[in-house]
Amino acid sequence: MAAVYIDNIAYEMDEKLNLLQAALSKGLDIPYFCWHPALGSAGSCRLCAVKQFKDEHDTQGKIVMSCMTPVQDGTRFSIHDPEVTAFRKSILEFLMVNHPHDCPICDEGGECHLQDMTVMTGHNYREYRFKKRTFRNQNLGPLINHEMNRCIQCYRCERFYTDYAGGDDLHHFGAHNRIYFGRFEDGPFKNEFSGNLVEICPTGVFTDKTLKQHYTRKWDLQTAPSVCVHCAVGCNTVPGERYGTLRRIRNRYNGEINKYFLCDRGRYGYEFVNHENRARHPMLHQKEKRFVSISMEEAKQQLEQIATHSRGLIGIGSPRAPLESNYALWKLVGKENFFAGVDDNEFQIQQTIIDIFQNGPVRSPSLQDIRKADAVLILGEDLTNTAPMMALAVRQAVRNQASKISRSVGIPDWQDAAVHNAIQDKKGPLFVLTAAETKLDTIAQESLHAAPGDIARLGYAIAHALDSSAPPVGGMTNEEEALVKQITQALLQADRPLIISGCSLNREVVESAANAAWALQKKKTDVQLAYSMMECNSFGLALLTNQSLRSANQTLDAGHADTVIILENDLYRRGSQQDIDALLNKAETIIVLDHMTHSTTERADLVLPASTFAEGSGTFVNQEGRAQRYYQVFIPEGDIQDSWRWLRAMEPIQNDTLRRWNRLDDVISALSSEFPQFQPVKDIAPTADYRAAGQKIPRQTYRYSGRTAINAHREIHEPKPKDDVDSPLAFSMEGYTGVPPAPLIHSFWAPGWNSIQSVNKFQSEVDGPLRGGDPGKRLIESNQTAAPAYFHSIPDTFQATEEGVLFVPLYHIFGSEELSVQSPGIHQLAAIPYLSMHPQTAETMNLEEGDLVEIEGIETDIEFPLKLDISIPPGLAGYPAGLPQLKGAAFPLFGTVKRMVKEGRISSPHD
Amino acid sequence: MERPLTQNIRQGEAPLNLEQYERAGGYQALRKALLTMTPRGVQEEVKKANLLGRGGAGVATAFKWRFVPLGDDAPYPKYFIVNGDEMEPGTFKDRLLMEGDPHQLIESAILCSYAIEANIAYIFLRWAYRKSARLIGAAIQEAYQAGYLGENILGSNYSLELHLHSSAGRYICGEETGLLNALEGKPSMPRAKPPFPQTSGLFGQPTIVNNVETVCNVPHIINNGSDWFKSLSKTGDGGTKIYGVSGNVNNPGAWELPMGTTLRELIEEHAGGMRDGYTFRGALPGGASTGFLLEKHLDLPMDFITMNKAGTRLGTGTVIVLDDQTSVVGMMKNLMHFFAQESCGWCIPCREGLPWIEKVVHAIASGKGKKTDIQWLERQCKLLGPGNTFCALAPGAIAPLQSAIQYFREDFESLIAE
Repeated sequence: MAAVYIDNIAYEMDEKLNLLQAALSKGLDIPYFCWHPALGSAGSCRLCAVKQFKDEHDTQGKIVMSCMTPVQDGTRFSIHDPEVTAFRKSILEFLMVNHPHDCPICDEGGECHLQDMTVMTGHNYREYRFKKRTFRNQNLGPLINHEMNRCIQCYRCERFYTDYAGGDDLHHFGAHNRIYFGRFEDGPFKNEFSGNLVEICPTGVFTDKTLKQHYTRKWDLQTAPSVCVHCAVGCNTVPGERYGTLRRIRNRYNGEINKYFLCDRGRYGYEFVNHENRARHPMLHQKEKRFVSISMEEAKQQLEQIATHSRGLIGIGSPRAPLESNYALWKLVGKENFFAGVDDNEFQIQQTIIDIFQNGPVRSPSLQDIRKADAVLILGEDLTNTAPMMALAVRQAVRNQASKISRSVGIPDWQDAAVHNAIQDKKGPLFVLTAAETKLDTIAQESLHAAPGDIARLGYAIAHALDSSAPPVGGMTNEEEALVKQITQALLQADRPLIISGCSLNREVVESAANAAWALQKKKTDVQLAYSMMECNSFGLALLTNQSLRSANQTLDAGHADTVIILENDLYRRGSQQDIDALLNKAETIIVLDHMTHSTTERADLVLPASTFAEGSGTFVNQEGRAQRYYQVFIPEGDIQDSWRWLRAMEPIQNDTLRRWNRLDDVISALSSEFPQFQPVKDIAPTADYRAAGQKIPRQTYRYSGRTAINAHREIHEPKPKDDVDSPLAFSMEGYTGVPPAPLIHSFWAPGWNSIQSVNKFQSEVDGPLRGGDPGKRLIESNQTAAPAYFHSIPDTFQATEEGVLFVPLYHIFGSEELSVQSPGIHQLAAIPYLSMHPQTAETMNLEEGDLVEIEGIETDIEFPLKLDISIPPGLAGYPAGLPQLKGAAFPLFGTVKRMVKEGRISSPHD
Repeated sequence: MERPLTQNIRQGEAPLNLEQYERAGGYQALRKALLTMTPRGVQEEVKKANLLGRGGAGVATAFKWRFVPLGDDAPYPKYFIVNGDEMEPGTFKDRLLMEGDPHQLIESAILCSYAIEANIAYIFLRWAYRKSARLIGAAIQEAYQAGYLGENILGSNYSLELHLHSSAGRYICGEETGLLNALEGKPSMPRAKPPFPQTSGLFGQPTIVNNVETVCNVPHIINNGSDWFKSLSKTGDGGTKIYGVSGNVNNPGAWELPMGTTLRELIEEHAGGMRDGYTFRGALPGGASTGFLLEKHLDLPMDFITMNKAGTRLGTGTVIVLDDQTSVVGMMKNLMHFFAQESCGWCIPCREGLPWIEKVVHAIASGKGKKTDIQWLERQCKLLGPGNTFCALAPGAIAPLQSAIQYFREDFESLIAE
């Protein structure tokens, strides 16, 4: 630590930092544009200028940029010196030469860092009397709006997009005062993290186009702390609502997870909440009339009747429903009658993963741990598409070993451009072994595409090379042996090696990753093992039950039950049409609780409208095993409520457990006491009784407008805000206005800091954890002393045959996930059905690029155009996983493909 | 008077080919250095000679070299770059050397590379110097064939690759670190220092960038010694200097003269005095990015220290003469246009400030100036001063303007009054 004097006051500062970051950490306000805590210093904007003095007698001093000045003991600076204050003001005046005066109609207004900095520097009168510079804007697709005239050329967008996120289609063009940031032609950004530009941009060049479709001023949004539902990473978000419509998602800083960024699926997938196919009222299936809406009371009576007359209930849980609702169903139907509503293969993999974490010696890392890893092996997972933010974390991890080079010549880590110049394109060890090409291949030291079994074989072989007591793998080629050796050495040389696998392929891949991690653990102390999962609460559901969906058949067959309660799930995504039909046909009564209508609700006798993440509160467990609370953002129209609330009516009156649950805390405390592994869940956030200075925490901002008029079309009197019994948050603008405990931070704002940059006022130090610690609690810690037996199920080498192909699922950030694809923007960018194979494989089947093919065993009207892809090993065929069009079309493991024959149709170029 | 740098240059004649250059004593310095001197020894000799960089900044060449790690543990590869991106307005001295004696440049480049044990060298050439490119390209080929370049040069065990790179053509490419980015194929924007190129330069490796004229001195220092070199100069800064004069003089051109020659001698003797009907009013001593000298400065020796004391810089030593028939404000308008256009666009004060300054100067020149404009310009000149911008482009750009307002304020005022 160093003593630094700022305006003659001594501060203890960290020498590893630059002066700007250190000063912000001390709560001092120095304005800035181009610096960003995740991107480091660039020295471009010159706004963070301060005066540096040689010693206490120096009155002259010189202007230096605080972002480019290292913290050094005994140095003296002034932020408020008149000369430097005037200099900073002039920087704003320079920017205002060309910045348009469109604040009143700018989407960024009220949340604009440029506005804040203008006010902070005191610039208010502009002497410029000439014409402004103008640019042409680009159409950047459905997610991001482009307004280049507002650009202040801080270079943050390009530095984030290219240097941090690995994108290659956003650049600066031109020179002098005509620098243009954009793509080389119109079109959507190709990088999965492009949405962060709307927060990275200090003004309104890149703004959220989905918000623009239903724009409202940022201060008029009602917000609550939330957790993303579009994959298992559990990024923290702030959804915003106005007039009953969810308007946007913004990042919520969590130092252990997403920090400043979100992926585009997470940011833009929210619009399913506003979808017209939402279930908003209970619906009863009446044969002749199809579905009829019934009242909430009628629905409760129906539930009670069904429960009374039923021979028995079974419950099918959901990996996208919160723990509380899953637990309520578990409690209602009983442990032996509760089944995981997930695909059989995925279920097996999940159970294996839980077992590996519960009984193994290697821990699962947070995203922050991943960012700190210095050697990474990925087995079978296309992270960019299955767990995008994990891929972004890996992109940072590969810089860790390389930045030893820049450190060795004395370049501090924050001096971003210099670090890049010094390390150039050198990357730390990353090995990517997947079924087909992935985006991380381009930064990998080695990447290999192989059949799932062969990926597992390599994983097993790496384990054996690390520890000879791990089972050996026979029949390896020389190339494979060499690769195993290279990977093994890199893992052994690293300080914080990390192995990543996941649910994309099969159990063997997952087991081989565990073997490798366990073998490595015998040699090293700081080993980590991450598994990506598919949905926001996959981990939580897998902890709750070990009964598969398939086994529900037996319970129904045995006649112990005749009523199936399906929780927030479209089962036709979980198996083939045939299998799910067979299962549901066995039930006399089907109750579906969900927020969407879909093929499964079509089969229901009773549909109950459940809340989405924005309309209810609950707990998800992410792939790390971290339980996180999300909170209701707004009160929806209709009879929507949390699923657990609906389920209460089905409990026999004499039991009186569920019926006593009135608040979320009641469910959580029951869950925590029933399951030891869920005990920490009650501690992840304050209970609903929590009050800050005696008050609830308002969901609405200081400046929330129209409170007294917002309901005037219905009722002239201002209604009393609805009470929220589930949380210490209030549907109001009144209440505690200070910084709440971290799990309850629902928006980032501080006096003078209206943009997302205000997050620095909420962190214990800039870029560090939120004050009071980042929210969320890990439910599983590894047992360091455990010595589980190695897995042994080593597959045989894959041999391509002429009889058919091995089908492998390929994942798409847009399309593979059920909820986000309902959002119009994402829907527009989503993958469409295809089948991809190596040209060699296609040749043996007499197929060509673009041929429409059919797959034996899949009954569907969908046409699969053939895509040739040299990255896929011969003998394999890739298909897009999870697309809505392919629902119910369960792909066989192995099968034949042939050209589709269209009857009575002559194909013409005009088709 | 000795003119080592230009001794082989005959006006109107083709430059010496390899054989002729060798016959004139060429590649002897290289032979001497490679076979009898250590790299550190070469550095020592250059240090003793007090060779100051001729690109404009006047940094001691040996001082710059000193920070390059030497020996077996040094990073590999290391780069030596000759900066031939001569784009300073009014400056044409390096062109003289490159077109006039390309082998001297190549020998110099090899010698300097040897002094820092560089493995790869580049000549970074201004895009418009097509003739230089042709001549240097041919000379490099000859040098490779003769074994002065490539593996194991002259049996010394020292190897060097030399490449010629023609710039994509922006002023900022001549800035040391902007040049590195340009050479890496990136937009030419300067880099922050530290880290200095000596530790992290081209492709992140130790790198030295020296001006053409600077390096061309090195073979002569090696051949004749540092004492001889210092004796060439009239002042403490060693050696000769290629001075040039442009403007309304009778004989504009460039001449190799002792360092410290006066402006009067330059204009009156070598440039043949002012053209008839034109009177001397002032001069920019070293390209566009230096401040004015006036009549009272005519007898000052033109070296780095004296020029700094006179409130300007020696810069490139190629003088632009201002006469009484030429509009100062018009000259400033042209210069500001150049600098505003050549700003790379990286930092705000330069990117936004220079075009605004250009517009105001243009307004004054076209009779649309406001009374407050002069004060405003003076304020901008302070804002764009050294340290406030990312690199030296903006401080250089405002140097002539600042001194023009200081010395010729009435010219600005009269246009506004009209």
